Amino acid sequence: MPQEQTAQALESEELVPPAEPHAAHESKKVETQADLSAEIKAMGDRYAEALKNGRAPETMPRLDYSPYRSSILRHPTKSLHHADPETIELYSPAFGHQDVHALESDLTIQHNGEPQGERIIVAGRVLDGDGRPVAGQLVEIWQANASGRYIHKRDQHPAPLDPNFTGVGRCITGADGSYSFTTIKPGAYPWKNHLNAWRPAHIHFSMFGSEFTQRIVTQMYFPGDQLFPLDPIYQSIVDQDARDRLVAQYDHELTSPEWALGYKWDIILTGSKRTWTENEAYGDAGDEE
Amino acid sequence: MSKLAPTPGQTVGPFYGYALPFNKDNELLAPGSPGSIRLQGTVYDGAGNAIPDAILEIWQPDSEGKIVQRTGSLVRDGYTFTGWGRGSVGNSGVYTFTTVNPGPTAPGAAAFISVAVFARGLMNRLFTRVYLPENEEALANDPLLSSLDPERRKTLIARRDADGGLTWDIRLQGGDETVFLDFQQDGSLETSVNADHSEGENQA
Repeated sequence: MPQEQTAQALESEELVPPAEPHAAHESKKVETQADLSAEIKAMGDRYAEALKNGRAPETMPRLDYSPYRSSILRHPTKSLHHADPETIELYSPAFGHQDVHALESDLTIQHNGEPQGERIIVAGRVLDGDGRPVAGQLVEIWQANASGRYIHKRDQHPAPLDPNFTGVGRCITGADGSYSFTTIKPGAYPWKNHLNAWRPAHIHFSMFGSEFTQRIVTQMYFPGDQLFPLDPIYQSIVDQDARDRLVAQYDHELTSPEWALGYKWDIILTGSKRTWTENEAYGDAGDEE
Repeated sequence: MSKLAPTPGQTVGPFYGYALPFNKDNELLAPGSPGSIRLQGTVYDGAGNAIPDAILEIWQPDSEGKIVQRTGSLVRDGYTFTGWGRGSVGNSGVYTFTTVNPGPTAPGAAAFISVAVFARGLMNRLFTRVYLPENEEALANDPLLSSLDPERRKTLIARRDADGGLTWDIRLQGGDETVFLDFQQDGSLETSVNADHSEGENQA
């Protein structure tokens, strides 16, 4: 379980390859941020032009987005096949309080001491495409510590680990689709996509909907990050409005006096395909088993 | 058609390994228990290399074809079949699940397991299905399979192993690329991921 996991335990893992190998680009000249930024800009410009010519806005990241080098051999080249979701796909696995303890939503109390960094509250609601709350569902998060270091063997960034911070949390959404985590604001961290590549600070989020087709894993960012235009992962969503949906808002109402700054972030899942009963539509199932 | 624009997905990245896996995550029932089978396979990239940093989820009906709505997947009691599991590939790209053969959800329907694929370098999760190989008539009548070319159709059907288990590989790219599914047929959502192809841009 996340709470019991320590840096020590992870030290015993088998040796694994570096997290972002240069792969096919080793023999070439070192790629700089300027090289990557030019590619990002060219793709953004083409998209802007297409929008002007009446193309519908994109809402998802491009699977084929070569500025993120690791995607080059890992994206399907054939179109996704249109399918009507059937049977099992119209339902989601059930999670409840047997699965997740209430304290797992506080990432600052998993060890004996207080973690380093800026304490924050991240809260919001999980809704489906029609605005219905997604009640009683699992939300999982993971993140780097305040120094930008993951407690993962494959993270070789020479920033300090924090013995009081693992960076993993879970919760079950309330009847109104609400979730809330108490954590530490993660730091930016360097990666090896190109020379001087840095990820904007982010928290990984994993969510289930009411139907398996709504399953999503994504990343939440913090407002005003100067690294946004430089980051091929954030920029793989070429539409600015769509990108903005991954950025939390500072919310002073959510800020807890003399304790933690508040950030609000709602998640909208893709549309529901099942015919809903009235009880489901009103979220009566709540978060109880 | 949805009223609200959906939140975009992002790659699972390289560091999910201390967060998403959990004890017995890939054991929908205890290995060796009556009716249990192994579902296994390898995840490959477009160069034919096994991917060491992918994580899969399966979601399926029980052996009677019933869709289960029971909690307890994350803290398994060893007796309750919840129908959902999560399995990380190892360094050689191989995943395994212990599960049951899913039953058909209606008489004569083809039995399948729903699969979600996540990986470092994969921008958004992919959905697909793995079908049991036995009932040829059901497979022939399946709405999805019958809409595919025979060559592509094969990528969704598992092989039956001598020990009763199933083997099913996933190829993210290439000639024998696995069929991945788009369920958002209102034209506004996932269709956009292939926008570059129609514009002749960025073919890898």
